[in-house]
Amino acid sequence: MKRYDLIVVGAGPSGLSAAIEAAKRGLKVVVFDENEKPGGQLFKQIHKFFGSKEHKARIRGFVIGEELLAEADKAGVDVELNATVVGMYQDKEIVVRKGEEVFHYKGNAIIIATGAAENMVTFDGWTLPGVIGAGAAQTMMNLHGVKPGNRILMLGSGNVGLVVSFQLKQCGCDVVALVDAAPRIGGYGVHAAKVARTGVPFYLSHTIVKAEGTDYVTGVTIAEVDSHFRFIPGTEKHFDVDTICLAVGLSPMSQLLKMAGCEMEDNPKRGGQVPIVDEYGETSIKGIFVAGDVSGIEEASSAMIEGRIAGIAAAKYLGYIEETELKEDVEKNEAALEGLRQGMFAPKNRGKLIKKTEEGIDISMNLLKHGFVADDEIERFPGVTHRVGVHPVMECTQNIPCNPCQDACPKHCIKIGEHITSLPAVDEAVDCIGCGMCVASCSGQAIFLVDETYEPGFAAVTIPYEFLPLPEPGEKGYGLGRDGQKICEAEVISVKSTKAFDHTNLLTIKVPADYAMKARFYLAQ
Amino acid sequence: MENIYDRTIDLGEYKPEPDDDRIICRCEEVTKGEIRRAVHDGMYTITEIRRYLRSGMGLCQGQTCAKLVKGIVARELGVSPAVLTPATSRAPMRPLEMKIFAKEGEEDE
Amino acid sequence: MGTRITEHPILGVPQKGSLVSFTYDGKKIQGYEGEPIAAALKAAGIQIHRYTKKEHTPRGIFCAIGRCTDCVMVVDGVPNVRTCVTPLKAGMKIQTQYGVSAEPFEKQ
Repeated sequence: MKRYDLIVVGAGPSGLSAAIEAAKRGLKVVVFDENEKPGGQLFKQIHKFFGSKEHKARIRGFVIGEELLAEADKAGVDVELNATVVGMYQDKEIVVRKGEEVFHYKGNAIIIATGAAENMVTFDGWTLPGVIGAGAAQTMMNLHGVKPGNRILMLGSGNVGLVVSFQLKQCGCDVVALVDAAPRIGGYGVHAAKVARTGVPFYLSHTIVKAEGTDYVTGVTIAEVDSHFRFIPGTEKHFDVDTICLAVGLSPMSQLLKMAGCEMEDNPKRGGQVPIVDEYGETSIKGIFVAGDVSGIEEASSAMIEGRIAGIAAAKYLGYIEETELKEDVEKNEAALEGLRQGMFAPKNRGKLIKKTEEGIDISMNLLKHGFVADDEIERFPGVTHRVGVHPVMECTQNIPCNPCQDACPKHCIKIGEHITSLPAVDEAVDCIGCGMCVASCSGQAIFLVDETYEPGFAAVTIPYEFLPLPEPGEKGYGLGRDGQKICEAEVISVKSTKAFDHTNLLTIKVPADYAMKARFYLAQ
Repeated sequence: MENIYDRTIDLGEYKPEPDDDRIICRCEEVTKGEIRRAVHDGMYTITEIRRYLRSGMGLCQGQTCAKLVKGIVARELGVSPAVLTPATSRAPMRPLEMKIFAKEGEEDE
Repeated sequence: MGTRITEHPILGVPQKGSLVSFTYDGKKIQGYEGEPIAAALKAAGIQIHRYTKKEHTPRGIFCAIGRCTDCVMVVDGVPNVRTCVTPLKAGMKIQTQYGVSAEPFEKQ
């Protein structure tokens, strides 16, 4: 039986981060992962992350994954793939399946970073081929380059449902509807808005009645539900689809901890069965730590910090560092973690309806119900201003922990301030040079450049565009409103793609002046 | 009911529901009606339900249905799902042929 | 149904292994070596991986990460192989699984 200072189970964002911090402090570390490739779900995350610089904001998930792997390699972490941990026993002994054999290992300390599993809902026909988890859709399109379907209905308006819907559109699938039984959209408004403006209709207070088909999905019926989630007869709507995607939440995958005898609790705020842990992620069994979704569902950004804290704590547990170093190193990470747990989507606000922003502005109810801010609501937000010449219009209307736009502007004309969740505002004293760095930096794709006086009678609107094929300058099409409906004719003025934009192309369209504050997407003829 | 071991409580008659034939445990093909009926037969804990119906005992070991089964049992008993202890966690955590589980490999120290 | 992405706006052109042949219920089809068997089948428009033991209903890809075991098939004569996490190799013999067998129910 082989022995390690530290065994980490799971090579996702939290596990790798934990292994890195421990190895940097001198521990002999191995990470086991059942998958063929490391990185957990990071390699399926192709959007730019939120947060600030310390949280790797505006870097795409899969790039963060590559960075973590390089960091782990440099720190001397041994990552074993196709190595499935099938059991964890007393005295920190684990059994790992590799190939056609099992192997026993002993860790002086263990960090469990197994992540989460998808929740499911049932409806008639839910076992038919074509009904898939949102994670399955991401795996197929972003890892294996295969479209999960052609016409898809998404159930679930949390961040996973919203992000995956956008990704489905990016790889060329048609998302016919985004449905949620809840009366309000669960995820970030900016994620919803970027889906809505492509023309995906949102059906809140609706859920699936049945999946249709004999051999596989050929259609779906949804219906409205009342406040007790009972179907309202007569509200049924049918869609021809070949795929139904379920994004109805995640549950911690904590079975190994339970098996080892760690004290557990059922905590709905954390997503289900979770271990009881202290501030370092240490469970009731000394020397067994956890990090990431396994101890409560959050984002990959917070999982990475939790991992670092657990890795440092494991180093202290085994005597590699002193108490003072532990306190100092953990403090820095906790401050970063605290930064992510701010704003209206913070864990403490889960399930609450927040009606006003921190600035005292009424939240857009249309955004929560339909996925986009209505034309008559948008003007009340501080990022939305008017002036002569080109200037940024920031349709950022909810307090979320994110501030890359502030650093992106070389002229410093965007101000968020010290509080990371504050809504961005324009510094009117500084002139915008129209470089578009803010547009490309916004993880929520909520920043546009608008020139209301581009030509007599016409305005120019620059939108972030992450789709193929890229339109050509001179091409004519339509301007779409925030609701994804055709509202005017549009002509492509320019398409800019530079390395600094990181695949967020800047598409500038000419629209009638009246549509300067309305046209937010482009559809080719 | 807070104490699921209180056997004096009357759950009332088992009343069929329209979606009773819906599959809940995908691996072992256990329906909602079977789970509901099992509760009325006196199976109040998740472990009892598993042994009685084999729900969550198939290839995936309850990865997909554990939460769904818990919800159905809790509703039938009129308790919060949090009251129900999940099934015992045991190796192997992933489907594994016994011939592999029994074959211990050796590695250089 | 389910086609390959030739170019992705963020990920570019998918990196694949070499094109190989395998059989699905005796039919010769092609896929890329190293990709999950399920991905190759999906790209070829095949959705039904198995029929269940009790109710004989069709199942296909569900979780795509090896958890749910719904996509199992008979691979090179071995039943219950999770096709979503098993890499494709040249010449593999993939068969629809009926219950736990490659024999259709009427022949079992």
